[in-house]
Amino acid sequence: MLLVQVVVGGLLLGAIYALFSSGLTLIWGMMNFINFAHGEFVMLGMYAALLVVVWLGGGPAVFGLAVALLLFFLGVAVYASLIRHVLRGPMLAQILSTFGLALLLRYTAFWIFSANFVSLPETWLSGSVDVGGIWLPIPQLIAGLLAITLTIVLHLLLTRTTVGSRLLAVSEDRTAAMLMGIRPDRMQALAWGLSASAAGIAGALMATAYPWSPSVGETFGLIAFVVVALGGFGSVPGAMYAGLIIGLIQSVSAFWLGPIYKDIVVYALFAVLLWLRPQGLMGRA
Amino acid sequence: MKRLSPTRLGIAVFAVGLLLYPLVFTNPFYLDIGVTFLLAAISASAWNIVGGYAGQISVGHSMFFGLGAYAPLLFYQLLGWPPMAGIPIGIAASVVLAIIIGMPTFRLTGHYFSMATIAVAELIRIFTGTWDFVGAAIGLQGPATARGWWDLTFRGETPYYYIFLGVLAALLFITHTIERRRFGYYLRAIKARERAARSLGVPVLQIKMQALMLSAIFTSLAGSLYAIKTGFIDPESGFGILVSVQMVIIAALGGAGTLFGPVFGALILIPLQSATNTWFGGGGSGLTYILYGGIIVLIARFEPGGLFELWHRVIAKYRSRRDAA
Repeated sequence: MLLVQVVVGGLLLGAIYALFSSGLTLIWGMMNFINFAHGEFVMLGMYAALLVVVWLGGGPAVFGLAVALLLFFLGVAVYASLIRHVLRGPMLAQILSTFGLALLLRYTAFWIFSANFVSLPETWLSGSVDVGGIWLPIPQLIAGLLAITLTIVLHLLLTRTTVGSRLLAVSEDRTAAMLMGIRPDRMQALAWGLSASAAGIAGALMATAYPWSPSVGETFGLIAFVVVALGGFGSVPGAMYAGLIIGLIQSVSAFWLGPIYKDIVVYALFAVLLWLRPQGLMGRA
Repeated sequence: MKRLSPTRLGIAVFAVGLLLYPLVFTNPFYLDIGVTFLLAAISASAWNIVGGYAGQISVGHSMFFGLGAYAPLLFYQLLGWPPMAGIPIGIAASVVLAIIIGMPTFRLTGHYFSMATIAVAELIRIFTGTWDFVGAAIGLQGPATARGWWDLTFRGETPYYYIFLGVLAALLFITHTIERRRFGYYLRAIKARERAARSLGVPVLQIKMQALMLSAIFTSLAGSLYAIKTGFIDPESGFGILVSVQMVIIAALGGAGTLFGPVFGALILIPLQSATNTWFGGGGSGLTYILYGGIIVLIARFEPGGLFELWHRVIAKYRSRRDAA
């Protein structure tokens, strides 16, 4: 029974991994660009949720929406002021731009919020529920279910709507899309907004269930890499399955080997994956 | 005799300045800045071979630095050997690691290599922190007092200064030689357009691997020198992400893919870092790293070629204006 509990907990955590990783994979698939600051967006989402709750009050619905909006504009702003300019530059500039941004955000957060772990004040969500003999904390349950729903919504948005078709058109062939009257710049800005927003909401959801400090951005950024590498670059469904798998692996390895090994196992998996199947589970070679 | 060009003259003056520095600045504080500068210049120049010349951006070079740093102190603690004996072991381990990372990722686009380097460096850092054999989170220590000259444990910093200066000179000489040989042209071809280079018969995979291995060897050596001089190493100072960051930022600031770019990057950044640490009180306050992040973003956005390229542009502008007049 304990193992079932561990498995369910891992899947719920994995659902959140799936949400923020789908944001990373969206950017990668669309413009062949890796955002090294993605984990920091998750971290900012967590602190934004905390600030909204402490300053403005309001429940999870309020701070969830607020964080989604805030991070959306942050994503667009980062694209417009930085990414747009380095996209056609050398590889060094592309990698350095978000890498430097990650450092800037991480250590500014350390400076403002200190390195101490914080958690959200209790909300009406707190408590546990008995599901068929296993006790599940309600925040984790709701966060996990919402995260998986939002990941599916993002996938549907990309595949079933006009905006989604436009986004995909730009990623397929920028010039052809321009000839069809699509403005690639706007679509890419939108993608950055969506990507940051997904990271931010994932952070806010996670904040309801787990304590955190500014250093989580680094961990989540690496986890997002592993998830995207496992799921295949550019594939949102791939990120979803891979997110759930990674959450599960972490949870089970923490249970069997001890908590300190949960990250080691995941990074080791990444190294093995690069050797055996670099294109990921669902990616194209 | 060849006429001395301004560039050659500048290099000669700079070299003489470096040679005389410890004689002029005998104050331990300034001497320490000098030693730190040399070490940073060595690491960044080593990174530059694969990151600058070959254009394969590693953001996890601390793995080689850390291996190089741990090996000497591990040999000292386990067997009581002089730390120096661990240098070749660190280098050998780094080369093996370079092969393990390069083989799969160099077949793919450049981003994979960057991601793999950062992930493997983190993996090793976390693992080292949990492994008692290498001191876990506490780390390892070197000899407190020298048992002989071979321990390379000196009271003052001046001997370290000259050892590091010699290594830097050797590394720059090797890089300079590479630059003018076929290997150097291959590297630049790969950086400019990998597919075109391959179609022209450049053995891309092999050249990238050789660049990474050479880079790993010198990064590892830099790590060994650091550990022997400091006499102490822990996971954060060996494998920490900021160790890698410093190499990248210094090379990019001066000019990645140029011979003296990393040296000038270090010449700017190390005194700046020392100044911010004094102003803001210690490295723990993180403001130095905020500054690092800001500098990296600004370089990427406005001057991806680094200050060297900016300098060349300014010179060219000045010349054309002078010629027009």
